[in-house]
Amino acid sequence: MTRYLVHRLGQNLILLWLVSVIAFTVLHLAPGGPLAQFALVPGLTQADLARIAHQMGLDRSLPVQYWEWFRRMLVGDWGRSYRDTQPVLLVIGSHLFATLELMVSSTIIAVLLGTWVGVLGAIRRYSLFDYLATVGAMIALSIPTFWFGLVVIYIFSVKLAWLPAGNLYTVGDGSFLDFAHHLIAPSLVLALVTVAIWSRYMRSSMLEVINQDYIRTARAKGLRERSVLIDHAFRNALLPMITIAGLQLPTLLSGALVTETVFTWPGMGRLFLDSIGYRDYPMVMGVLMFSAVLVLLGNLMADLLYAASDPRIRLD
Amino acid sequence: MTPLLQVEDLRVRFRTDTGIIPAVNGVSFVVRPRETLALVGESGSGKSVTGLSIMRLTPRGGGCRVEGRIRFGAADLLALPEEDMRAIRGNRISMIFQEPMTSLNPVKTVGEQIAEAIRCHRQIGRQAALDRAAELLHTVGIPDARQRLASYPHHMSGGMRQRVMIAMALSCEPDLLIADEPTTALDVTVQAQIVELLKRLQQQTGMSVIFITHNLGVVADIADRVMVMYAGRIVEQAGTVPLLTSPLMPYTQGLLRSVPRLPAGQHQRRRLDAIPGNVPDPAELPAGCSFRPRCPHAVAGVCDTTLPELEDTAPGHLVRCRRWRDIAPAGA
Repeated sequence: MTRYLVHRLGQNLILLWLVSVIAFTVLHLAPGGPLAQFALVPGLTQADLARIAHQMGLDRSLPVQYWEWFRRMLVGDWGRSYRDTQPVLLVIGSHLFATLELMVSSTIIAVLLGTWVGVLGAIRRYSLFDYLATVGAMIALSIPTFWFGLVVIYIFSVKLAWLPAGNLYTVGDGSFLDFAHHLIAPSLVLALVTVAIWSRYMRSSMLEVINQDYIRTARAKGLRERSVLIDHAFRNALLPMITIAGLQLPTLLSGALVTETVFTWPGMGRLFLDSIGYRDYPMVMGVLMFSAVLVLLGNLMADLLYAASDPRIRLD
Repeated sequence: MTPLLQVEDLRVRFRTDTGIIPAVNGVSFVVRPRETLALVGESGSGKSVTGLSIMRLTPRGGGCRVEGRIRFGAADLLALPEEDMRAIRGNRISMIFQEPMTSLNPVKTVGEQIAEAIRCHRQIGRQAALDRAAELLHTVGIPDARQRLASYPHHMSGGMRQRVMIAMALSCEPDLLIADEPTTALDVTVQAQIVELLKRLQQQTGMSVIFITHNLGVVADIADRVMVMYAGRIVEQAGTVPLLTSPLMPYTQGLLRSVPRLPAGQHQRRRLDAIPGNVPDPAELPAGCSFRPRCPHAVAGVCDTTLPELEDTAPGHLVRCRRWRDIAPAGA
């Protein structure tokens, strides 16, 4: 177990390093740059720009810049935002809560709803419910998130005025209910795709288990159909879902990017998009690295959880 | 003696995309108390489906229809409400299956799985059920039974798992055990152990056993009576000795000839006779006798007209063949 953990963490560190190299390269290869924002300032000469570039260290070669960034990151200095000179880690910290709030609530919705739809679809295979769920999942997967978000805002905020159109809370209120009220629309929109994916995986996992010999054994014992389905089938069908849950994290993160933008949600997704627009290199790198760590940790946790839940798996 | 179980005109059909497949076509037989009845036939002869029908465990959904009567005590199992059938399953009639490797739940300990079967039908506590499970594991010959309660199926070999399945099936002291090819997936030495175990348990408990197999060697060892099935019908039925020594149906004769053996005192090798051809597609059974296309004794105008009846040839010996009088009982 310890050996496994050390091995996996080592693997993940190498992966993180690769992510940083690729991200850094791609980012700097993209046209434009942090200096573009100064280009329109009247009175700035080429010499001024060159001086600013030198101050920011942008005139050095790419490997040197990378090494500088990497060296500092390792000791916890993730740099300062080009936009407002705030420390990157501090900014990420202040945006983290909003994103986690959104991701956790939409994950809860997705897991509960997706599991229910998937299990019921498997038990009542080829029923009207199953067909509707299948078609519904296809539609949910095909709808672009940003469009669906706008439709939700149009219907529930603009027309019906039931839900706020965005933001984390109402300025001056900030009660728990106010937070929850603001959370409903974005978390539902973000959950849409995950519900669809989760319900499909859940359905096929359950279907596969239902046809196993040990389910027939459970019925042959004389168990109630409910215990056959829950104690025997569902418990086994959930096992592969743990891995799927780990793999869903990137989907959720990229979904948050769009959802947060549509709902003016002050989370990491919007921070990331804004920072890219400004070519705020330290900020973009910071958010990227942070998300990569989240994804890798999520996968590692999924694997550990899987091993803990399935007696056949031993980690060594 | 009143029979324990009486199957009358059992018919099972599967509806598939390509049409209706009749798996069992009017099977009738009785199982008497304390007897072991062997159900013999090739794959696809309908023997497993017959066993599953008694438990009402045929595949669910609209695709499978089971008709006929299965009398067990005063009840017709096929007409019972599901809740009443559930009280019989695993309690008065138990079943063990062909695949011990996949028949146990991989994420539950064997103790849990046996205790669950007991608590499903008996009002006893968890600990008492586990104690009983340990006793049962000991009875079926698993060493360190108490420690084994906490084992998971993947810790055990196929033979061990089949013993666990047997312990589970016997946990409520059933009147009837249906053993669906319980030794087919096991090594030969383990097969013999499991057969011996079932024989011993049958004698100890006095339960009846329906032993489904295609292995005639096992039949000789365990059965009181034998029923041979072909294409969803009974083609011959007799006591074990008459059936194995003087089989009348050409199909049974063919089955016996395809068993490898070295006769005592005779060291030259005998050619093994396989039955030519394959089991017919149940959706397109030939006219007349189903075995006719593969039968060395088939005669045009006799065997290909109508389905032969199951005839009495001697007390307790039934055969479905129009020409059984003309064919010498070619035995072993």
